[in-house]
Amino acid sequence: MDDNVIICRCQEITYGEIVKAIEDGAISVTGVKKRVGSGMGNCQGKYCEHLVAQIISEKTGIPVSELLPDTKRAPVRPVDAKVFLK
Amino acid sequence: MKELEREILIIGAGPAGISAAIEAAKAGAKVTVADEHDTIGGQLYKQIHKFFGAADNHAGMRGFEIARKLEQEAKELGVEFWLNTVAYGIFKEGVGIVRDGDNFIVKAKKVIVAAGGIENTTAFPGSTLPGVMLAGAAQTMTNIHRVLPGKRMVVVGSGNVGLIVAYQMLQAGAEVLAVVERDDHIGGYGVHAEKIRTAGVPILTDTIIKCASGKTSVEGVTTVKLGADGAEIAGSEQEFNADTVIMAVGMAPLTELLWNIGCRFEFIGELGGYVPVHNEFMQTSVDGIYAAGDITGVEEASVAMEEGCIAGIAAASACGHISAEECSARCASHIDALAVLESGEYDGERSAARAKKLELYKASEK
Repeated sequence: MDDNVIICRCQEITYGEIVKAIEDGAISVTGVKKRVGSGMGNCQGKYCEHLVAQIISEKTGIPVSELLPDTKRAPVRPVDAKVFLK
Repeated sequence: MKELEREILIIGAGPAGISAAIEAAKAGAKVTVADEHDTIGGQLYKQIHKFFGAADNHAGMRGFEIARKLEQEAKELGVEFWLNTVAYGIFKEGVGIVRDGDNFIVKAKKVIVAAGGIENTTAFPGSTLPGVMLAGAAQTMTNIHRVLPGKRMVVVGSGNVGLIVAYQMLQAGAEVLAVVERDDHIGGYGVHAEKIRTAGVPILTDTIIKCASGKTSVEGVTTVKLGADGAEIAGSEQEFNADTVIMAVGMAPLTELLWNIGCRFEFIGELGGYVPVHNEFMQTSVDGIYAAGDITGVEEASVAMEEGCIAGIAAASACGHISAEECSARCASHIDALAVLESGEYDGERSAARAKKLELYKASEK
């Protein structure tokens, strides 16, 4: 895979950056997120999480079935912050 | 923040959610269905093809017709619909929703989460170019807004969604240059594959998209064959003069709300990834929280409707509207129907997957 291919569209994190995070020691979707910010955008990882898991699996040999999704926190959809201030 | 009280709150007005609402209302419960979209029916709303299967599951009807029928039935039973309503979290205090720009905590006796699934994506050089889209987007544009997303298309994925979308694009007047499939065989039903083959569309197995190119949008697509070792075979590239790439590479359950409240999950690849374990009445490992439809594993609308019926009956029974015996009696035909739907030639793995979820639920009860 070309290093410049974007994996996390919201934050524009590339394949190369994700591989670098794994080389740096990330062995989970959350570990990659903490290093490079994939899954921290508007969609909260809905579209890239499974791609990140696949890349971790390819690079580390950990089966995808053993890779948990990132921790899910509310709000699970983009919500205007102002509604919580009312 | 305001508090609202409801008896049964259902999240998602797709086939599972409305079926649940109908059965719960029939049993005498007061039911509210929340959905983030402005229409009732979920994905059924954009399906223009006729469904097949058993007549009990509306076979022979088109998706949007099934949606309309279910909507009418639910409304006649007094089901309350909250559209354009986002459920953003499930907490001990209740379900957080945003409706008309206001934040509410809904205290419901029982909650049925029927949030559906989400499409998977695939990445390749050029996959972020305009013109590359998911199958759902292509269907929304074509079938609902009547806008053809492009003229010359390559579809990625030969599962039922990919095959049906390819056919719908042909019907809408686009040229489908090829359907590419990473696996060595076609994923979807033969009857769907035959339709597009008859129309002259090649289905290329062991093939992926190497890249899409173009200055400001897709102007060409290059595919490449994969060898037995999964590596690209040099020299097997094929160029397509395409302006659109439609990805139909599987779906995953949309489960955040259930993770949120602490449901127990298990990875079941056949069902699309991590799925909540549940009992035969669709109750998750968290008391009072039920799940139905693609959120419990990606399957078909017919399965979603049966699961919805079961969850609706069980939630109404848990609220005291019908006895446990009556609940079992009403659920029996739906449980039988699931066994039939999941026992076909293509579907054997799914009945095993269901058994696994039930078994894990029992184990977690101890």
